[in-house]
Parts: sequence; C-alpha cells; structure tokens
Amino acid sequence: MSNVWSKTITVCSTCTVQTIHEALQQAREGDTIFVKKGIYKEANLKIDKSITLIGEGLPTIDGEAQGEIITVGADNVTIDGFRIINVGVSYTTDYAAVRVVNSNGFVIQNLELEKLFFGIYLQKSNHGKVLNNKVQGEAVTEFNSGNAVHLWYCKNVEVRGNDVRNVRDGIYLEFSDDITITDNFSKNNVRYGLHFMFSNNNQVINNVFETNGAGIALMFSKVMEVRNNVITKNWGTAAYGLLLKEVNDVNLINNKFIENTVGITVEGSNRLVYSNNDFTSNGYAIRVKGACYENEIINNNFLYNSFDISYNGKINDNKFESNFWSNYTGYDLDKDGIGDVPYRPVKLFSYIVNRTPETIILLRSLFIDLIDFSEKVSPVFTPDDLMDENPRMKRIDHDRNKGFI
Amino acid sequence: MLKILKYSFYDLMRSRWSYVYFAFYLLLGVVLLFLNNDLSKAVITLMNVIIVLVPLIGTIFGVMYYYNSKEFTELLLAQPLKRSSIFLGQYLGVAISLSMSLILGLGIPFVFYGLFMSNAIWDFSLLLITGTFLTFIFTALAFNIALSNENRIKGFGYAILLWLFLAIIYDGIFLMSLIIFEDYPLDKLSLVGTMLNPIDLSRTLILLKLDISALLGYTGAVFKQFFGTSLGLIISFAALTLWVVLPVLRITMKAKKKDF
Repeated sequence: MSNVWSKTITVCSTCTVQTIHEALQQAREGDTIFVKKGIYKEANLKIDKSITLIGEGLPTIDGEAQGEIITVGADNVTIDGFRIINVGVSYTTDYAAVRVVNSNGFVIQNLELEKLFFGIYLQKSNHGKVLNNKVQGEAVTEFNSGNAVHLWYCKNVEVRGNDVRNVRDGIYLEFSDDITITDNFSKNNVRYGLHFMFSNNNQVINNVFETNGAGIALMFSKVMEVRNNVITKNWGTAAYGLLLKEVNDVNLINNKFIENTVGITVEGSNRLVYSNNDFTSNGYAIRVKGACYENEIINNNFLYNSFDISYNGKINDNKFESNFWSNYTGYDLDKDGIGDVPYRPVKLFSYIVNRTPETIILLRSLFIDLIDFSEKVSPVFTPDDLMDENPRMKRIDHDRNKGFI
Repeated sequence: MLKILKYSFYDLMRSRWSYVYFAFYLLLGVVLLFLNNDLSKAVITLMNVIIVLVPLIGTIFGVMYYYNSKEFTELLLAQPLKRSSIFLGQYLGVAISLSMSLILGLGIPFVFYGLFMSNAIWDFSLLLITGTFLTFIFTALAFNIALSNENRIKGFGYAILLWLFLAIIYDGIFLMSLIIFEDYPLDKLSLVGTMLNPIDLSRTLILLKLDISALLGYTGAVFKQFFGTSLGLIISFAALTLWVVLPVLRITMKAKKKDF
C-alpha cells in the first residue's frame, strides 16, 4: 500500500492542517493521515483514495447528527482508532458512522461508536476486516434503530473482537458469503445479537451473546459453522438463544446455551448436526417446529431444562444419540457408562403446552408428573421412535478449546 | 385457650411423630445439600417435596390427633371452658408444632450450609412461609373433617380424598378445562384457577420467585406480571390467609353446635 513516496499528514488543532476534511483533500494514494487527540466536528467525510487514517489518543469525530460521517469508496483503506459519535437518524436513508461502498481490502479497527444509527455499514465490499470495535447504541425500538455491523452483499470479510451493545442487530449479514465472525461480544441488542439472511458458507466462532432479543438468528442460509459460542439469558416472550429458519447443512458444535427462554428454535431446517453443546437451565432446550429432517443431535449435555425437546408432530426423522440428559432416570447395570433403557426427551406436557400455552401454569405439579410418567412408560402422543437409545450416565466434559486453535 | 394450646403443643413436642417428622426434614435438607451442592437447585427440589408432603402430613396428622385426643377433649368439655378455645387451642397446637418441625428441620441444615451468605435466602424463606401456610390450611381442613365425622375410618378416608383432590385431581380438572376452553382467552381463568387451590397457589408463587418464569415465554410473562408485582404477592398471600381463616371459622361454628 504505502511506498517510499507516500507522505504523512498530521491533523491537530494547532497544525497547518486542522480538519480531517482538509487532510483528505490533500492526501494522495498511499498516504497516511495522523489525527491527534481532540474533537473534530465533521460529517460527510469521503475517502476516495487508498489512504490510512489513524487516530492518536482516540480523537473524537462528532457528526452532529447531520447524516453519514465517513464514507469509504476506494480499495485498501484503513481506519484506526477513532471515537465517532452523533450519526444522523433517518427513516429513509440508512446513515452509518462508517460506510464502505464497493471497496476491497479495507481494515476498520479500534473504533468506538456512540449515539449512532448504523455503525459500520459494508456494502458490496470484499476481503476486508472489521476488528476490535466498540459500539454502544441507545436503541429502544426496532423501527428507529440500526445495526452495529451491517454487511450487505459482501464476501470474505473477517469480523473479529467487536463489542456491540444496545443496537437493533449486533451483527447483520444479508447476501454475504464466506464471512468469519469470531470473538465478538454482543449484548442487550433489541432484536438479534447476530442475524443472517440469505448468507452462506459463514463461520461463527467463539462469540458471546447475552441478553439480546434473540442470540443468533440464522435464516434462509446454508453451509454454516457455529462453534464455541456462548448464548445466554435471552429472556422474553419471543426470545430464543438461536433461531434456525430454513437453514441447511449447519454444524452447531461446542456451544453453550444457558438460561434462555428457548435454547434453539428450529423450523424447516435439514441436515443439521448438533454436537457437544451444553444446554443448561433453559425453558426449552430445543424446540422443533416442524419440517426438520435428517438432523443429528449427538453428544450434548441437557442440564436442568424445563423441557429438553419439544415437538409439534408425530413424525420424527431426526437422530438423538449418546447425549447426557439430567432428567434421565434409567440405570446402567453393565457399567459401560451408557444407560440400559432409552431416554424419551419429549414430554407429553410439552405437547399440551404447545397446544394451549396457558397450561404452563401447571408446570411441576404432581398431576403433570404423573401423566408424563405414564406417557414415558407407553408413548401414545409423542413419536415413539423419538428417543436416545444410548443416553450417557455421566455428564460429558466438553473441552471448548480442544482441537480448536 | 392459651393453656390448651400450650398443653397440646407440649404433648405433641414430646410425641414420637413430631421427632420423626423433624428428623425426616433434617435428613432431607442434609441429603439435598450434600448431593446438590447448589442452594437454588436444592430449593427447587424442596419445593416439589413441600407442595406434596406438607399438605399430606398436615391432613393425616390433624385427623389423627383429633381422634386420639377425643377422650381428653370430652374431659375438657365438662369444664367451664369456651368450646371455641378448646378446639382452637388444639388446632393451633398441632399446626404450630408441625410448622416448627418443618422450619427447624429444613432450616438447620441450610443455615449450617451458609444460607445467610447466599442470595437464595429469599427463595428459601418463601418456601418456608408457604410451607407453614400449607400446614395451617391442611390441619384446619383436617379438623373440619374430623369434627364432621364420628367414624374414624370415614374421617381418614375423607382426609386422604381431600389431599388427593387438591394435590392431583384438581390439576387434572384444571388442565382439562384449559384445553376445552382453549379458543377463549385463558389468562384470567388460569389465574383464578390457581388462586382457588392452595397447593397450586404455593407452587406458582415459588416457581415464579425462582425465576423460572423468565424461561416460560409469553404466558410465563403474563403470570409474572401478576405474581411478580407486590399487588399480586399481596393478593396471593391474602388468598392463602383466607384459606386458613375460613376453615378455622368453620371449626368454631361446628364446635359450638356439635353434640358430644
């Protein structure tokens, strides 16, 4: 990018160049602009050359709610170390703190975004990186808030180490393929922590999603890898840890679902592999809404969930194998660590609750325990082939870091 | 009345059954804590035990005590004493000694385990409060049954039936009616249905305090809105108090008119 002829421009209140706007006009391809600490009240900064824009001591760019703040329209642009505040809110245009349009090789890192509408908006841009940014929004409702990191028709982008809070969707992908999303922290977002629409071949690894409207929503996508994530405390009337709708060929491995209203809601999704996950203290661990075929649920821990699995129909084409169920009451006479009687994870009561949600008030009553028990002994309403033939007697110790570097 | 209460209370304190009951809860508390190593999990398991066992023991014990001390009661009736104070004294003696066994039996292991340091203390107190309410309610109901039936076998039969009805059958009927009327808005109905049965009411109160409500989705939220607010809590406790007061009133009424 930069070569021996490239020069550096320094911006500060006492320098010859006092505004970033001016520096951008003076700069040529390959130049570096250093911005010293201070407050710069500028908006609509357009970067149309391959330059490196570096903030020293976290200078603030205040957009004064006039609209977009930085727009990148050139390849190989780096933006590093700014605090960007006051993006304009509009109901017709998606104003962003940083927008990248039709560009390759961008690096956007160490930004702190506050009082924003959209945060980092990538549009038809490929081979870039979005690293270690902090986004703190003030979203209350869905319709007048934006997303922290928004990818639209992008390819091969790395989104790593970002901290996104209080926005609509923490990270949003639409028509974007081959994206790696790692080590992000997504909290208190109004809608979803991470949202995929029509995006394929993506990897979601080592992220934490906490108290969002829903942790991760995967919709209309295929061939994905969801690994080592922690999805927790997504509570509410329509809250899920992970929402899977019309997705195929997804691997869900080594994730932790803790204290969600619903751990996973899955609908119309086929050939999914759920393995080595921990489902702990959820209302429902997995809620299957129908049209899900050839899924495998293997080697997971189901710990103290109100309902382990909930099913709508009587047909089952999914495989449950070698999981640990804390509700399992069988025995292991041959001491091979595998229970001798199969476990039926679907309770009759979960059917009743599906049909008449108000009956949930009878949860843990003796009568319900009795009918669940009789259904367990001789299944009438639940799919009789839906069972784990080899339930484990001991909890599986998942090492989340093993085999993963 | 206080004298009779004191007599009944000391009589029961000396009896073997109180010790067995006390020892049972002590053992339960210790075993749960050592197996679970987690206070809030232990509280959930305890809830299951309390909402089933406490009413059962309250009813059986109440009926048993009444029939056993019948001769002594008749002796007392010959003295210049108010009838209501005789029966209320006996009732309170039984209810208080049972509650004490419950509170001490469960409380001691939990206190030793470090309850005061833990944030489960409110859940635990709620558990003990509802347990005490259930004891008072079901002992009162048992005295009612015993007063109305001279025949011991019949009395015991009715007592067991009462427990069976409130602990199991009621929920069955409740569930059926919810399913039959599923096309109608059921929030109110299910709230009222819960209020009408002290066992259901206690169970719901404890469950919602344990934050399971957050895991129950939409309907859970509706119940949380009711039971979670202080108004809902007050109404629930008022309902429980009513469940104590009404049977006790009937005890005094019945005792006044009864021929011995």
